[in-house]
Amino acid sequence: MIQADLNIILPEIVLSVYAMLALVGAVYTSKDGLAPVLTWVTAALMFVLGIWIATGSSGTETAFNGMFINDGFARFSKVTILFSAAAILIMSQEYMSRRGLLRFEYPVLVALAAVGMMMMVSSGDLIALYMGLELQSLALYVVAALRRDSVKSTEAGLKYFVLGALSSGLLLYGASLVYGFAGTTAFAGIIQTAHHGELSLGLLFGLVFLISGLAFKVSAVPFHMWTPDVYEGSPTPVTAFFATAPKMAAMALFARVMHDAFGNAVADWQQVIALLALLSMFLGAFAAIGQRDIKRLMAYSSIAHMGYALMGLAAGTVLGVQALLVYMAIYVTMNVGTFAFILMMEKDGQPVTDITALNMYSKREPGKALALLILMFSLAGVPPMLGFFGKLYVLRAAYEAGLAWLAVAGVIASVIGAFYYLRIVYYMYFGEEGDALDENSSPVLWGFLMASAAVMVLGVINMFGIEGAAAAAAVTLVN
Amino acid sequence: METIILFAPLVGALICGFGWKYIGETAALWVSTGLLFLACLLSWIVFFSFDGITQSIPVLRFIESGTLATEWAIRLDRLTAIMLIVVTTVSALVHLYSFGYMDKDPQWKEGEVYKPRFFAYLSFFTFAMLSLVTSDNLVQMFFGWEGVGVASYLLIGFYYRKPSANAAAMKAFIVNRVGDFGFALGIFALFFLVDSISFDDIFASVSTLAETNVTFLWSDWNAAELIGVLLFIGAMGKSAQLILHTWLPDAMEGPTPVSALIHAATMVTAGVFLVCRMSPLYEFAPGAAAFITVLGATTAFFAATVGLVQTDIKRVIAYSTCSQLGYMFVAAGVGMYSAAMFHLFTHAFFKALLFLGAGSVIHAMHHEQDMMNYGNLRKKIPYTFAAMMIGTLAITGVGIPLTTIGFAGFLSKDAVIESAYAGGSGYGFWLLVIAAGMTSFYSWRLIFLTFYGKERGDKHTHEHAHESPMTMLVPLGVLSLGAVFAGMIWYSNFFGHADQVGKFYGIPVSEMSADGDDASHGASGEDKVSDSHDTHANAETSHAAGDDGHGDDAAHGGEHHAAFIGKPGEGALYFAPDNHVLDDAHAAPKWVKVSPFIAMLIGLGLSYLFYIVNPELPKKLAENQRPLYLFFKNKWYFDELYDAIFVKPALALGRFLWKRGDGNVIDGFLNGVAMGVVPFFTRLAGKAQSGFIFTYAFWMVLGIAALVTWMTIGGGAH
Repeated sequence: MIQADLNIILPEIVLSVYAMLALVGAVYTSKDGLAPVLTWVTAALMFVLGIWIATGSSGTETAFNGMFINDGFARFSKVTILFSAAAILIMSQEYMSRRGLLRFEYPVLVALAAVGMMMMVSSGDLIALYMGLELQSLALYVVAALRRDSVKSTEAGLKYFVLGALSSGLLLYGASLVYGFAGTTAFAGIIQTAHHGELSLGLLFGLVFLISGLAFKVSAVPFHMWTPDVYEGSPTPVTAFFATAPKMAAMALFARVMHDAFGNAVADWQQVIALLALLSMFLGAFAAIGQRDIKRLMAYSSIAHMGYALMGLAAGTVLGVQALLVYMAIYVTMNVGTFAFILMMEKDGQPVTDITALNMYSKREPGKALALLILMFSLAGVPPMLGFFGKLYVLRAAYEAGLAWLAVAGVIASVIGAFYYLRIVYYMYFGEEGDALDENSSPVLWGFLMASAAVMVLGVINMFGIEGAAAAAAVTLVN
Repeated sequence: METIILFAPLVGALICGFGWKYIGETAALWVSTGLLFLACLLSWIVFFSFDGITQSIPVLRFIESGTLATEWAIRLDRLTAIMLIVVTTVSALVHLYSFGYMDKDPQWKEGEVYKPRFFAYLSFFTFAMLSLVTSDNLVQMFFGWEGVGVASYLLIGFYYRKPSANAAAMKAFIVNRVGDFGFALGIFALFFLVDSISFDDIFASVSTLAETNVTFLWSDWNAAELIGVLLFIGAMGKSAQLILHTWLPDAMEGPTPVSALIHAATMVTAGVFLVCRMSPLYEFAPGAAAFITVLGATTAFFAATVGLVQTDIKRVIAYSTCSQLGYMFVAAGVGMYSAAMFHLFTHAFFKALLFLGAGSVIHAMHHEQDMMNYGNLRKKIPYTFAAMMIGTLAITGVGIPLTTIGFAGFLSKDAVIESAYAGGSGYGFWLLVIAAGMTSFYSWRLIFLTFYGKERGDKHTHEHAHESPMTMLVPLGVLSLGAVFAGMIWYSNFFGHADQVGKFYGIPVSEMSADGDDASHGASGEDKVSDSHDTHANAETSHAAGDDGHGDDAAHGGEHHAAFIGKPGEGALYFAPDNHVLDDAHAAPKWVKVSPFIAMLIGLGLSYLFYIVNPELPKKLAENQRPLYLFFKNKWYFDELYDAIFVKPALALGRFLWKRGDGNVIDGFLNGVAMGVVPFFTRLAGKAQSGFIFTYAFWMVLGIAALVTWMTIGGGAH
């Protein structure tokens, strides 16, 4: 039996073994000198794994007595996670090398985090869930503090760690309550006990604590406080990583727990998720207006976007999960492009994050300015960019699930939120002449920026087929 | 061929308007003009070769929606054929004329290209007008109706740098909108009741409509009457009849060729055309017809009085147009549609001639339009003088009384006035005769002030007065021919014996026992018709009494033997069996037939006295009769009245909604939210983000406490 189980988790095993070999290998050879190569190799391996998972087995398989689930939903999430992590790694390499940040641990840690994330989205048991979550989190704590000599970076790492520990505590507490009242840690067992209207108080408390712990990971209000500080303090490539793959993983895990373990009590958690979505959308919109630092701004932007994704989850339907997956895939793509741009923002070799530095950027670099304009429009949800269709999807899902008020609120929040995206466009095209940014033209970053912008425009034709994939994935989760 | 006539102007408009940059300005102008002359030539061929049988030439599937299925088709009958030659002829000549008139227009700076735009608008107008007159159903007609409205708007406001031109364009458009509302309601009502908008279906069911009642505006109406009135409201707007006439004089802000084409010869007659086209309906709606008669006569009288005192040469002709349109409506109202079309036909020639002549004078006088600054111009611009003289002789109705020899206006106007008498409308008859006298007065006044007397105004302008180029004189010549001969040539077709008229329009005519047929009809049904047609019925009775002794044969030379027996929709016009206006008009007493001529002579005499013999007299009279003079001078204070009743309140409402509604409420709300509420929350969010871990942890704990509480209370835990 163990043979079949191992077969199912083969991608995870490959990545873990690779990470450990790389670690040992680098320690005993040239250490940081090997880092650039390791980065590329890791990225390549992730990409290959992504292809493998995407084209591999279809259907639902479980391993280790249901602790590990490999279904369409997990595969969709894993592919998104691996591709975005690979992209971020490639984008990081040059930026970190130039600043002496590229240690050989970085790609290894990212690989381990990716393993954790893959574990998370495949978990079929509270134990597996916690294992994946902690593997991911521990790796992330370290990369957040990667720049050891920087106060901000270490502060970010520490804050993330302490608050992460708190959230882990909440999650564990919730998990133990659920175990205590359901008598099992397996999702398949919990769902038998947790029926709407018959939820015992203990189970209810456990559910709320679980939600709180997961909400911390997706940085939903009011568990979002760490996000702006960590985003600002971490090195920009790390911020880019935080904004993409872990968000996808946490969101997928969230959906997994809600539907697989509490799928019979949708009405109970629906209101809580809806509330979190509402608060996230509005706080993200309001708070970002006050930001001058583009990394903080993107932090609040991601909070708002998580709100929209949660709206899809709150619907509690197949369409809702499909909307969530589509939304997250689009969100990740947009963020890859936007961070590719942010990584290119520098003056005299130093990174710049103040948005006023973009004044009249369109005159100097019309191509990049146009690409960023497309991304900003897409983030704001202006038709006909792809971001609009992502929003439309979740709004439709919420509306059809009877959450019309949430959909209306989402539209209002998106109008408010459009302000800070458009302000960047305003600076680029109508601002005052100011100090110019360096003409940095890293072909890799430029390529990611342009590709992402192109996807936002061309994707309106058929969304590159993710609609169908997401629909198939959603069906496997919700039953 | 008909399709070419219809679309040639559109092609010309497109090539000229959008293609002049590629083919050059002059070439573009000639393309549009050439296509118009082609359309004109083909129209005359169609007119002469038309055999009186109504045809429908499909062009494309137009609308299919529910039970509304209609084609875009050309309805070719005599009415259409008449309108085709009127529209294309005048339009082609105006195109040609514009070459000279629009050249070196002082409204435009050196090097500015404006002529292709002008020609494209003219061609577009022609296309819209043609699609109006060739329409096979009401929606198609409405398309043309609105198309000419747009073209008229664009052309009145052609000098868009002049605020007055823009204002006039808007006024024309908005006033027409009022009429169009009525027209649209009429179409809706027809579709509602007949379930079709095609003319054939409507004509086939008019007798049913006359027996149907509909509720409209909280009261019951006879369907035919209601629809008749609604459609006529549309016609009032387009044809500048009283109440909705105010836009026409202002429309003179447009270039003079536009005034000639749109605001004299073609577009403004669309209302008359509509009423004639819907003749089967109006034959069953005596109330609506009487309304048309009264309103037309009043307009004719009103516009003539205003025309007496205007000094702007174009405004005099504009009011004259308004007045002549009133004539046409009277004829249509009393049931003599053929006479209305006759006057429409001749009027197109002589009024276009007068306008183009006036344009030539204006051109000669360097865009001076006030007649008080003219005088003694006949030597300087002899050809223009001759043309204007012919136009004036035509409009005032000069001819030999009791014969059919005379200028075009003599025959058609007399036909209208005799019809009014025969139709039993004493009101219409007398007002028209008086208006004829006034027409004569102001028309001769125009001639005397412009071409006779002393030179007034700027000397320099008079010294430089010059005859217009050939491109302008040729159209004048051609139109002069029409103004002289159009009446005499087609008199018998429009207003001859019933069999001639019937043949012309393709209406079946019965040669024998016409009276017996009528009598049985009068007795058997149509009670409603004869009841509400009191005056008409009386006339009929007296006429029948005359018939008893068969004295009419002797008296009228056997004119009575023919009568129209067509069904509604058969032939271009429909005359109900009890409609004897044509015969009665021919049988009118001699004093009736002579009266317009006498009125004309009185007008001419007075005018001669006032402006040649004793030029001081008008001033004295104006001072003696100051209130009356001011009343006329200010156009019966219609503009002031509308300004107070409609414009000012509408502006006030608009300003209220703009300043209070839009400015204070909407902008205020949004600005308040955007600049007050949002920043407040932004600051709040910033403050909460203190940077301390314990604050963050506290928020998390707070959050979880809130969630647990809410879940416990609202979630219904067990």
